[in-house]
Amino acid sequence: MSFLQVRNLAKSFGGVQAVADVSFDLGKGELLALIGPNGAGKSTCFNLLYGNLRPDSGSVKLDGLELIGLKPRRIWRHGVGRTFQITATYGSMSVVENVQMALISDAGQSIRAYGRASNLHRDKALSLLDLVGMADQADRATNVLAYGDLKRLELAIALAHDPKLMLMDEPTAGMAPRERLALMALTANIVADRGVAVLFTEHDMDVVFEHAHRALVLNRGKLLAEGSVDEVRANAAVQEVYLGGGTTFGEGGA
Amino acid sequence: MGFIVAQLLTGMANASALFLVASGLSIIFGVTRVVNFAHGSFYMLGAFVAYSAMQVLPGFIGFWASILLAGLAVGLIGLIVEVCVLKPIYKSPELYQLVATFGVILVIQDLALLVWGPEDLIGKRAPGFEGVVMILGERVPAYDLVLIAFAVIVLCALWYLFNRTRAGVLVRAATQDREMVSALGVNQSILFTAVFFLGSFLAGIGGAAQLPKGGADLLMDFNILAAVFVVVVIGGMGSIIGAFVAAMLISILQVFGVHLLPQSTLVLMFVVMAVVLVFRPWGLFGREEQAGEHGGAGPPQEPLRELSGRGRLVVAAVIGALALVPVFGGQFGTVLFADVIIFCLFAASLHYILGIGGLVSFGHAAFYGGGAYTAALLVQYAGTPMELALLLAPLGAGFAAMIIGWFCVRLSGVYFAMLTLAFAQVLWSIVFQWTDLTGGDDGILGVWPSQWASDPVVYYYLVLVLGTGGVLLLRAMAHTPFGYALRGARDSALRSEAIGMNVQFIQWMSFVFAGAMAGLAGGLFVFAKGSVFPTELEIAKSFDALIMVFLGGVQSLSGPIAGASVFTLLQDLLSRFEYWRLCLGLLIIAIVILFPGGIAGAGNWMRSRFSRAEVSS
Repeated sequence: MSFLQVRNLAKSFGGVQAVADVSFDLGKGELLALIGPNGAGKSTCFNLLYGNLRPDSGSVKLDGLELIGLKPRRIWRHGVGRTFQITATYGSMSVVENVQMALISDAGQSIRAYGRASNLHRDKALSLLDLVGMADQADRATNVLAYGDLKRLELAIALAHDPKLMLMDEPTAGMAPRERLALMALTANIVADRGVAVLFTEHDMDVVFEHAHRALVLNRGKLLAEGSVDEVRANAAVQEVYLGGGTTFGEGGA
Repeated sequence: MGFIVAQLLTGMANASALFLVASGLSIIFGVTRVVNFAHGSFYMLGAFVAYSAMQVLPGFIGFWASILLAGLAVGLIGLIVEVCVLKPIYKSPELYQLVATFGVILVIQDLALLVWGPEDLIGKRAPGFEGVVMILGERVPAYDLVLIAFAVIVLCALWYLFNRTRAGVLVRAATQDREMVSALGVNQSILFTAVFFLGSFLAGIGGAAQLPKGGADLLMDFNILAAVFVVVVIGGMGSIIGAFVAAMLISILQVFGVHLLPQSTLVLMFVVMAVVLVFRPWGLFGREEQAGEHGGAGPPQEPLRELSGRGRLVVAAVIGALALVPVFGGQFGTVLFADVIIFCLFAASLHYILGIGGLVSFGHAAFYGGGAYTAALLVQYAGTPMELALLLAPLGAGFAAMIIGWFCVRLSGVYFAMLTLAFAQVLWSIVFQWTDLTGGDDGILGVWPSQWASDPVVYYYLVLVLGTGGVLLLRAMAHTPFGYALRGARDSALRSEAIGMNVQFIQWMSFVFAGAMAGLAGGLFVFAKGSVFPTELEIAKSFDALIMVFLGGVQSLSGPIAGASVFTLLQDLLSRFEYWRLCLGLLIIAIVILFPGGIAGAGNWMRSRFSRAEVSS
């Protein structure tokens, strides 16, 4: 049985079927890309997996444990890290303190009412920042960081509790092209080193084809194709979705 | 049957003015996100202006012309307030405008006193509607029916304005997304001013229209303020029809409440609001508030730093100076500075939940007064010694905060503020009405310190130790993981949940902690004065604390200390003048405009200027 098992996930908003009957598997050490055009249901899928939304039906099993119905904070405790499409960090704290908060929470110290938070787990937080290349900015205020740096900080936060699975919603959005590839190379290394399973969404196909082991293609909430990146690239249905299938360009013209 | 219909009509007539004022507040809040405390003052001004106009303008035409004139005059005053007072501070931190509008309340109070004098004025009967109408055998004042019709006409006019005119559609669009509206090329500045004019106009005609029924007096502003907030919140912020339904609901319930359960009237509307908010957290006709959309967020907050060596020196110097007060200040100074220290603790406890937690509580007096009453009741009925009572005061207040907070942390933004206000008001009315236990309005007297601390100087030192101890504890707590978790929940609740933190639990426990510290302040207060009255639980007390925190600066840990000191000392200094409210109000407005970051913010700014000057020289 695979590590993450998603079966028949469905969610509709009013009359819009945002996600319909999505099933897939993800193994340890695997880097799986979830791609699709805007509005395909990628972010909804993520919010369903992480407990931010409750699906109408379906099941998500992590190592045999049902995640549906659990709150995000419980899912995190089961070893799932998350980065957000629009970064969610603590603007009024320093960079290293952002990572420290995740470590404090992991150690069950978040309601400890004595001692200084900024002294706890600082070394481990610094080494995590070092891992993502942010060590030199550790004591800067988070609210002055460049967007690409915020994305890297999010990765460090997500890695803090040694997750078994990471959900990364557009981890490279807003970064320069070279930075994007570097960040995903870093992620790929971490996956290889630690055996973490990663599910990520991405719009940049260079990033996907370079690093993903496998890809899922969503369109209008439905799973359109699944397979190795080469298979997906060669898939006619996928090409039609991405390049437009003659609905806007007349076929007889050229 | 006739009785019920007559009561229903009375309730609806009462709802009329309430709806007019509330719809104005709702429109202003919806577009500008300013919670306008001065809206009750506009209502009062409407009544006064209409009164004067009716002295001059005769007859049927004169009556209605006076109402229109009052609306226009008050609208103009609202416009002046918006342009002169609010425009300079729209970019300030969220809800900072509260303080400015509070200053406006004080100014208008004294101006009204100057112009119209202290006596209650009785409005003229409306020409043509002096008599009563018989409905199902009950006598109903004809003017009640006119008021109901008037409210319906205004409702229809507003509906037309907002749904059928370009300006109205712009206002609705701005209510939903003002950034988008301004991106589409609408002049936001003019829109805000226009909306303020309209909102004030509505408050003005509300005050004018009720003149034949209720007259005009100087207490009208605060008397209607709470009800107006309740109506706006029940109806949903920004919703006109919501304000109409809620005003009707509240007024009708109130009328029947008088007959069925007279004790309920003081608290009924707050109970209704609490019930509505628990089930529909954004009101009957409102929509869910999106995170971060209310108010200008202000400049991003800086990370907390440990106090530098120089900072510690300053703290030590301040405490040292306070310790010398009994030596140089005499008895007067000793009493005054005991008050200052107690209010510093009170304000710092509010700042903990408001500044660090981002949860704006409008009902913090519940815990201050709660602590005071806990101590007083223990002394009164159990003969508890002072030492034990001072220990139990924070526990009692913390217990109250535990119950109230459990409900409140489920909400956020303005709705959180209103629910805390509602609970505080419920607590106040219990204390006010349970005369057998609390003495009601007469309070509890004879709560004096133990023998060893009965000398004012000794008690002052006790206040100094416990008060500064409490403030330092609050400050230290901000640096602990618990304080960081609270700050994190404010910065990004999404992130906190995504790293395994229970945001509501953290906020709840912080609320309890802040409540307990306010309770300690209340306990210290009651032994300093020897007595306690329901005023310690009043809305005005909660507002005092809010003013102190905002005046001092939300973004700094030293803000509440500066704010409480300045506010208490100013109040003491100015209360010797006849028109002290005018002076205090103008001073507050001046501070707000000159120092948009609060007093502590101004201090930081000057320090950075100073150190830059040092570098360049």
